[in-house]
Amino acid sequence: MTGPDEKGTLMRPDTPRLVGDALTLGYDRRTVAEDLTVAVPDGSFTVIIGPNACGKSTLLRALARLLRPARGTVLLDGADIHRRPARQVARTLGLLPQSAVAPDGLTVAELVSRGRYPHQGLLRQWSREDERVVDQAMADTGVVELADRPVDELSGGQRQRVWIAMALAQQTPLLLLDEPTTYLDIAHQVEVLDLCARLHDEQGRTLVAVLHDLHQAARYATHLVAMRGGRVVAAGDPRRIVTTDLVEEVFGLPCRIIEDPETGTPLVLPAVRRSGTDGEPAPTVAGRC
Amino acid sequence: MIVLRLPGGLSLRLRPRALVVGLAGTLLALALAVLAVGAGDYPIAPADVLRVLAGGGSPADRFIVTELRLPRLVTALAVGAALGLAGAVFQSLTRNPLGSPDVLGVTSGAATGALVVVVVGGGSAALAGAAAAGGLATGLLLYALAGRHGVGGHRLVLVGIGVTAILTGVNGWLLTRAPLMDAARAALWLTGSLDGRGWANALPVLGALAVLLPAVLLARAPALRLLEMGDDSAAGLGVPVRRVRVAALGAAVLLVSVAAAAAGPVSFLALTAPHLARRLTRAPGPNLLPSAVVGAALLLAADQLAQHAVAGRQLPVGVVTGVLGGGYLAWLLAGERGGRR
Repeated sequence: MTGPDEKGTLMRPDTPRLVGDALTLGYDRRTVAEDLTVAVPDGSFTVIIGPNACGKSTLLRALARLLRPARGTVLLDGADIHRRPARQVARTLGLLPQSAVAPDGLTVAELVSRGRYPHQGLLRQWSREDERVVDQAMADTGVVELADRPVDELSGGQRQRVWIAMALAQQTPLLLLDEPTTYLDIAHQVEVLDLCARLHDEQGRTLVAVLHDLHQAARYATHLVAMRGGRVVAAGDPRRIVTTDLVEEVFGLPCRIIEDPETGTPLVLPAVRRSGTDGEPAPTVAGRC
Repeated sequence: MIVLRLPGGLSLRLRPRALVVGLAGTLLALALAVLAVGAGDYPIAPADVLRVLAGGGSPADRFIVTELRLPRLVTALAVGAALGLAGAVFQSLTRNPLGSPDVLGVTSGAATGALVVVVVGGGSAALAGAAAAGGLATGLLLYALAGRHGVGGHRLVLVGIGVTAILTGVNGWLLTRAPLMDAARAALWLTGSLDGRGWANALPVLGALAVLLPAVLLARAPALRLLEMGDDSAAGLGVPVRRVRVAALGAAVLLVSVAAAAAGPVSFLALTAPHLARRLTRAPGPNLLPSAVVGAALLLAADQLAQHAVAGRQLPVGVVTGVLGGGYLAWLLAGERGGRR
């Protein structure tokens, strides 16, 4: 797999490639977030977490150019993402949306090759480079043996790997994933997240994912963004920012935090609250152990 | 999938099956056309037909072929191709196999335009113009009602069904307002008919096809394919979603409108042709060219049936497309349901 392109080196070194600056986001008249500023550190695996309806998917949609902010700008390589042509953005920033549908009968190889669209033209429909990149993307995601199977016949985990392969074929240094593990069982969740981690570690891509599971977020993220009510409550290395206070503030959940014996990352254990006792939460450990 | 690589970095990707369907359909339609030109009260042998088409033949043959029969045939081919193509675009954009211009109200809008002329009075040119205008106005209305939120598939279909219901009511009211003779003529027009169609009917449809097919539809076909995976996926791949959708919808509405102006609202063709094309090519995606070819061949065949099936009596072609198209579709959908689940 070829790595990210070289545009990053042209930027000022201290400005990340993808930044949301003072964003006001919403749908129609309903405002979801106001004055939201988020920077995605280059080369990070950034994970956005927060309770339902906190605006995390909305933020991802804005960063992906799917939603135009009411105020503020999303800057990709220093330029307003909405003023750049869609196809040009799609060569820098890939997306795995929640709502992807594979048309009936479309095979895995055909779906993955659709990722080449931003690199193709009317008279340049299938170059050798396209072929090589698609083969590599299928190899990287372990779907080569599925190549001729229709996508609609695959299991949920396989299907998600195929969609990730399509996004990889796009060859973008930045990749956004909206709840990539939703509807998957635990083994497939881990499989997808391991794949993401590999793309980050081995290929140097910058990943941004919205996840629901706080434990998985803390385990896989190099940069965690915790949101509540349209605000960023905390952002940074999960080992540093995941505390009982933060979990209480973001999710309203009393908890204990221990060290994940596998990875050393914070592991959040919800406190026991049995009905019938006088409602006092179980003792909590202040701060990270 | 065949890949053609040419010097200079050019490369083309072709599906052999779609190519075969397109070519075979075209040949079939042309062969059928030669036979059809020869058929009638004054039969002409296929060889003589070809001679006339090549510029020769006897004066009588020339007159019958080029003045009497060919215009109707060309109208049938052009209207069929336009409806097949427009139907494929509509089904692709709405991501719904029933999302055809008949269901969405564009055809009813064209009928409303034509009926207004019948009531107010006017010649056949005014009627054709009003039909086209009615179809386009309905397309704009659909976009105004459903377009704000990005013309999502479901919303467009539901709004379209509502618009169709309203227009059906309006059309019924207009029919009751028309003088009796005109109402009979209007009812015939509403069925869809190719009877007495001349070059003046065929040329606008041919013109629309010549401009819209390459400029909008074939150039946008890859983007339309991606749109079938959902707006977000397509946008993520760099498709300017709104622009592609407006262009494709506009082109499809225009094709349906000029087709209705030429032959009336021929029912079920726009719905059936893309289904049949997809069955034949087995290719995902809108199947634009195969749908156009299948539509042309279907309408030509249906018109021949309409002219010759009942001896001594011509049927409007809309009756044939309605009966056959509707029946085929019901059979197809019933079979698919039973087979899949």
